[in-house]
Amino acid sequence: MTNLAQTWVYLSASPLFHLTLTLVAFQAASWVFEKGGRNPLLNPVLGAVALVVAVLALTGTDYLTYFQGAQFVHFLLGPATVALAIPLYRQWHHVRASWLAIGASMLTGSLAAVASAVAVLWVAGSREALMASIAPKSVTAPVAMGIAKELGGLPSLTAVLVIVSGIFGAMFGPLLLNLVGVKDWRARGLAIGTASHGIGTARALQVNETAGAFSGLAMGLNALATALLLPILWGLIF
Amino acid sequence: MIGYLTLILSCQLLGELAAQALGLPVPGPVLGMAILFAFLLVRGHVPEALASTSEGLLRNMSLLFVPAGTGIIMHSALLSEALLPLSLAVALSTSLAIVITALMMRWLGKAETHD
Repeated sequence: MTNLAQTWVYLSASPLFHLTLTLVAFQAASWVFEKGGRNPLLNPVLGAVALVVAVLALTGTDYLTYFQGAQFVHFLLGPATVALAIPLYRQWHHVRASWLAIGASMLTGSLAAVASAVAVLWVAGSREALMASIAPKSVTAPVAMGIAKELGGLPSLTAVLVIVSGIFGAMFGPLLLNLVGVKDWRARGLAIGTASHGIGTARALQVNETAGAFSGLAMGLNALATALLLPILWGLIF
Repeated sequence: MIGYLTLILSCQLLGELAAQALGLPVPGPVLGMAILFAFLLVRGHVPEALASTSEGLLRNMSLLFVPAGTGIIMHSALLSEALLPLSLAVALSTSLAIVITALMMRWLGKAETHD
């Protein structure tokens, strides 16, 4: 027993354990996703996060300890975002052919996301800091956190809301798009990327390269538009 | 493979530097994507090895969000303060954004491709 405890102390201090935990949890969640016929409701990000959270709770591990191992996976988000240039380049003829439609659709969707999220909290009587935290939640996390800070929100809460919006869009987006009968991969990708940034893009890439490219494009454009416009809009209203 | 991984990291680094130096509101990796895209436009095609390197990253992109998602455990107090309105707001606004963007794109995209 002492040996086991000593081994645990050793392992939990090394990044290897939590790095492996992250990969194992994702493998398990992906296995469930595949077995379930790739049903978007069995979203592997959600499954993996739930597994990791359960293990951390059981072992009494705090997030910072976990992150020492997980940071190696987290780091790759940057290079992966850069790599989105490749599907974008391959789909560039599609993008050039309808750039005006892309810009207008993305802006309308982005505005709808901000306005409806803030409206729900306003009706519920939430304080302004919460409204400022949720306003940029459809945008990729680093940008959203910067905007939230500027508006007087809580950046760390924004990060959580960003992730939840991403997972929600990846889970229910395909269902909603089927409901309204949009079959065009360009429109589907653009919608997912505008509402659910990188998590939605990761999902879109698995389904169709055109959808993935348009999703990545929408993610980048929405980050830019929200960062530039939201602080101005916010200043006019509050 | 290593050559193109170097290219990808260099684009990210350039993006980070540009964002910092010019005080741009966009994160480094998004600018890095624009820089790599410009490189491809000049090059005129996607080199085979770059395609396979980026495919390795993009195929497993979902995995990369797990550490950030686990960060939710740090905010259980904040979240429980307003769990219902926050969940409702996220669900409603994400759904609306998806439906509105897709319908707008179908409407406008059709008009453009038919002329």
